[in-house]
Amino acid sequence: MNLNFFFEVLIGGLLSGVMYALVALGFVLIYKASGVFNFAQGAMVFFAALTCVSLTEFGWPLWVAIAATIVIMSLLGLAVERIVLRPLVNQPEISLFMATIGLSFFIEGMAQLMWGSDVKRLDLGIEDVPMESLMQSLNIIVSKFDVIAAGICALLVTGLALFFSRTKVGRALRAVADDHQAALAVGIPLQQIWGIVWSVAGFVALVAGLLWGSRNGVQFALTFVALKALPVLILGGFTSVPGAIIGGLIIGTSEKLAEVYVGPFVGGGIEGWFPYVLALLFLLVRPEGLFGEKIIRRI
Amino acid sequence: MLYREAGQFKSSYETDSQIFPIRQDRIGIALLVVIAFVGVPLFASPYFFSAILIPFLIFSLAALGLNILTGYAGQLSLGSAAFMAVGAFGAYNFMLRIPGIPLIAAFILGGLCAAAVGLLFGLPSLRVRGFYLAASTLATQFFVVWALTKVRWFTNYSSSGVITAQKMQILGFDFDTPVAKYLLVLVIVSTLGLLAKNMVRSNVGRCWMAVRDMDVAAEVIGIPLMKTKLLAFAVSSFYCGVAGALYAYAYLGTVEPEAYSLDLSFRILFMVIIGGLGSVMGSFLGAAFIVLLPVILNTLAHTTNISTAVASNLELMVFGALIIFFLIVEPHGLARLWQIAKEKLRLWPFPH
Repeated sequence: MNLNFFFEVLIGGLLSGVMYALVALGFVLIYKASGVFNFAQGAMVFFAALTCVSLTEFGWPLWVAIAATIVIMSLLGLAVERIVLRPLVNQPEISLFMATIGLSFFIEGMAQLMWGSDVKRLDLGIEDVPMESLMQSLNIIVSKFDVIAAGICALLVTGLALFFSRTKVGRALRAVADDHQAALAVGIPLQQIWGIVWSVAGFVALVAGLLWGSRNGVQFALTFVALKALPVLILGGFTSVPGAIIGGLIIGTSEKLAEVYVGPFVGGGIEGWFPYVLALLFLLVRPEGLFGEKIIRRI
Repeated sequence: MLYREAGQFKSSYETDSQIFPIRQDRIGIALLVVIAFVGVPLFASPYFFSAILIPFLIFSLAALGLNILTGYAGQLSLGSAAFMAVGAFGAYNFMLRIPGIPLIAAFILGGLCAAAVGLLFGLPSLRVRGFYLAASTLATQFFVVWALTKVRWFTNYSSSGVITAQKMQILGFDFDTPVAKYLLVLVIVSTLGLLAKNMVRSNVGRCWMAVRDMDVAAEVIGIPLMKTKLLAFAVSSFYCGVAGALYAYAYLGTVEPEAYSLDLSFRILFMVIIGGLGSVMGSFLGAAFIVLLPVILNTLAHTTNISTAVASNLELMVFGALIIFFLIVEPHGLARLWQIAKEKLRLWPFPH
């Protein structure tokens, strides 16, 4: 077995794992704060990327387009909170989940209605070329784009972790996550908190959409990114930010390694289901994921 | 005033435990059966059969299967299309490899294959629940479709992966006209529907509901969790499997893995939610709603004369918005609305 090749696959897997983690992060944020399993996260990724690209096509500079998209995503988040979530307070989780599936249909339709359904190219100004220093010293090909993307993700995650643990809003978020009613009773404005969470999730969706989109083009297939993030969530636990990161790394590497080393024996294309089966097997050992809160059931 | 149960006394256990205890319900159902079996075949057009009635019945069956699992036993599943695929490919292979096998036997065997797969993928439900389980049922969806595409034996080494379904024939009679197909599907769906209705109001169904409401408590009062959950998975997958076989044979006319995508799984889940979780009737109402909605939207789009791309996106938006609307207005689904209507009808014309 070629060791260099193995490391190349491993690093490639780790870096794509970071991208998965980024999408999973959007899920975790909303699930933590409102107990909603937001299936529309994939659609939000798509919508954010498409909006940003279309704005640049009007001739706006990239950073203006990004800023404008952040505003639009925040408005979307607030609208979702107002129109969809508020009337559904205290409904069973499955109803909320179904509502987000409906929401994802709505956002997908809206995005394509507004901006057309063509595949669009997005150029962030980061080249997708092998890093020369690594190539010369270790003879390993690693894309510069992937490394920068991983760096952005790391920044974002650190920022969010600090936001959650150090700021007042972050503490309020965690209180809401623990118990809606208790949080309301001590005077935390639930609606405002949810609005913030959805806006932040929209921002995370934008970052994910830009990174994924500049890789593969901004197209409808971006919505399937959400499906990639689900095994990450199961593995890492729905409620844990570090879980999303580590789960993403595990899924990314094992998926790439499996595709390269196991795939040829079974006809390839196993990337689609391998992460799920892996996560499933893992669940049999730890039903709440790696870092999920321990589920205690009482009668 | 017509719908009143006053004066209908139950004087034996048999009359007390019949499916429809109210006489008006029995008359209504009898009328419905007569209309479905005699009236509709006499008057409906072929388009109506193949575009609306047949898919409606097939989706009702699939929704019923999912409703047993999700609505009655409380195990959320996003993989119903996978079980449908197993049923369809099972039926195809039985008919291909055992010459002269009766059609119904092939469908039942296909359903049993789906039940076996359901048992296998139901095993995680013993350890995980809620969204973790929902996400892990996606494993079924992706794995089954992948396996059916990659393992060429299932598709009988056909080059395109799309196979024409064999003719449906029972005792020398060809089911090839829309009316004949409709009647065949109707017989199968109503038989299985009756079976499901009886199952959910018997011991089995009560065990499922106990597990749904709180599985730890159910275990404490002596309900075997493993047996109950796995039975729910098996029965639900059997229903989905038969529905999948019918979908391939009576509706599409082809057997192909791509027909059983994640999208179909979601659509069936929508039917169950919109129709009403934990209601046999809700499965039928939900299926009717989801089958009719695109037809109506399409007709509307044609009359207003907008381009197809815009129309399809608008359809997505309206679809999504309607689902949200329904969840907000009536989270318990159409079945609950029907029940409210009945309550009102009992008192009519008095307010209380």
